Amino acid sequence: MTMLMRFKRDLTMAEAARERGGARVDLLAVADMVAPGAKVLDVGCGDGELLQLLAETRRVDGRGIELSREGVNECVAKGLAVIQGDADTDLADYPDDAFDYVVLSQTLQATRQPRIVLEHMLRIGRHGIVSFPNFGHWRIRLQILLGGRMPRTDNLPYAWWDSPNIHFCSIKDFRELCHVVGARMEKSVALDAWGRALRFNAPWWTWNLLGEQGVFLLSRREAPRTMPSRAGR
Amino acid sequence: MVEADFSVAFDPADRAREADNPHSLVVRFGMDKPLALDAGIDLAPFQIGYQTYGALNAERSNAVLICHALTGDQHVANLHPVTQKPGWWETMVGPGRPIDTERYFVISPNVVGGCMGTTGPASTNPKTGMPWGLDFPVITIRDMVRAQAMLLDHLGIASLFSMAGGSMGGMQVLQWCASYPQRVFSALPIASSTRHSAQNIAFHEVGRQAVMADPEWRHGRYFAEGTNPRRGLAVARMGNHITYLSDAALHRKFGRRFQDRDNPTFSFDADFQVESYLRHQGISFVERFDANSYLYLTRAMDYFDLAADYDGVLANAFKDTPTRFCVTSFTSDWLFPTSDSRAIVHALNAGGARVSFAEIVTDKGHDAFLLEEPELFAIVRGFLEGAAKARGLPPARR
Repeated sequence: MTMLMRFKRDLTMAEAARERGGARVDLLAVADMVAPGAKVLDVGCGDGELLQLLAETRRVDGRGIELSREGVNECVAKGLAVIQGDADTDLADYPDDAFDYVVLSQTLQATRQPRIVLEHMLRIGRHGIVSFPNFGHWRIRLQILLGGRMPRTDNLPYAWWDSPNIHFCSIKDFRELCHVVGARMEKSVALDAWGRALRFNAPWWTWNLLGEQGVFLLSRREAPRTMPSRAGR
Repeated sequence: MVEADFSVAFDPADRAREADNPHSLVVRFGMDKPLALDAGIDLAPFQIGYQTYGALNAERSNAVLICHALTGDQHVANLHPVTQKPGWWETMVGPGRPIDTERYFVISPNVVGGCMGTTGPASTNPKTGMPWGLDFPVITIRDMVRAQAMLLDHLGIASLFSMAGGSMGGMQVLQWCASYPQRVFSALPIASSTRHSAQNIAFHEVGRQAVMADPEWRHGRYFAEGTNPRRGLAVARMGNHITYLSDAALHRKFGRRFQDRDNPTFSFDADFQVESYLRHQGISFVERFDANSYLYLTRAMDYFDLAADYDGVLANAFKDTPTRFCVTSFTSDWLFPTSDSRAIVHALNAGGARVSFAEIVTDKGHDAFLLEEPELFAIVRGFLEGAAKARGLPPARR
């Protein structure tokens, strides 16, 4: 139950790369993509750090879904509007276009059905923001190539048998999924191991190689897609 | 001793007095201000017994309405005038408590039918000069809420900063949010539901039949006949009380332990601690509760089905609601299980409401909302803190 929470707490590299203000850089990259005053749903919101950041810096009307009870109770006690729920099953309860932005911050790789989650995200939100650890990073490639074992990094500290992260992808893979679900990439940022944004005009393959994390602002290519909503039933 | 001894050391006159002249504030509405009941009857005159704690601010923007559950009353945070026990929610409401009476103006009315100062079957029927008994019209959760709205009008409070209630209290909270969305800034329905389940109606029916099976009930005319259906009411309470707990909590508290003895007595005496406990619960309930009131309030809960008023679509009850919600449930509550709270959250989400939802892990069952649950306190405190900020209330002094 505490998968997402644990993952977030163990984002040690990103933790180390906190800005002076105190916020995690990957969260700052997400917050950068959100227009002020927007209505935001943070799916897998952990202890509510991003929602608080968005409330303080962007004055957003924020809501959250979190799997772990500890995370939810912590959020609610902070005054955040967060419900206990599962990204894989509960997104269907939201009506179309309910939010300006739906955020999956370090959550997508822990879902059982990333494609369906992404499709719901684009249905519920006019925009989607996704951040995830890039499995195409050179250090991960090197570990598989030379060590012949599933990689473990500061960002991804779990052994394969107890990892909450069950659907890894590279930035290149994610671009393919976006294409499949009809998402348009409006903005992209790759963060290196120290949380610095890579040069914007660098070619994709360098992002895939050098980015430890990818952060993407998505929108629908066409009218709401086929994912059905259970809302209102 | 074979049968339980339900004779109690109290004067029935004490409670009868509370029905008309309560040890609390009371507002009396005359013939010109009837309470329009769902049953199609205008109840007039009628009165509401209520308590307040804290002070209303100059903007009249810090009022919090507390709605009590089936067996509660207006005595939330003061000594109970009949039982002399502490208020039923003293852990939640008071100075420095999660519902902080140093910041908020807390209003807690007794519900219609409640007979602790609000008109109900034990109140005097002005036409006969005798208690209403079964001549009292059947009331609903909506009627309770309508009466509370009249109380707020009387107090000059246009909009509530917040309202909270568990169980039947939560039903009132939800009904308020559907009936008067513009009057509720934030709401805390705890361990509640938008409809009473078939299982819960069934439990209530057993309770009511226990009361009615008591020969002293006399078709509800026990006041006039000088009798008291205490056995029936005690048995009803014993049955209901089990549903407020959980298997795990009963086992933890009592297990199979004997009461003041080492061996079974081979009789139907209360050998087990759990039996003794239940009998005690039955007796202490009879002291302070009116049997007919129990019939009317359980009926009101049974009739509650919020979605039914909105073409069966619960989301329509909360469409475009401006209210901030905090829904909470308890893992071991089998009377108002988490699935009931999830249904509320689902409907609120579909309506685009601002809603928080937390399920609290406890083995204390439905009663957990009345007990020491630090996680619930933290959630209520945090939720109200956030709402107070949004409402522009000044921060806490401590």
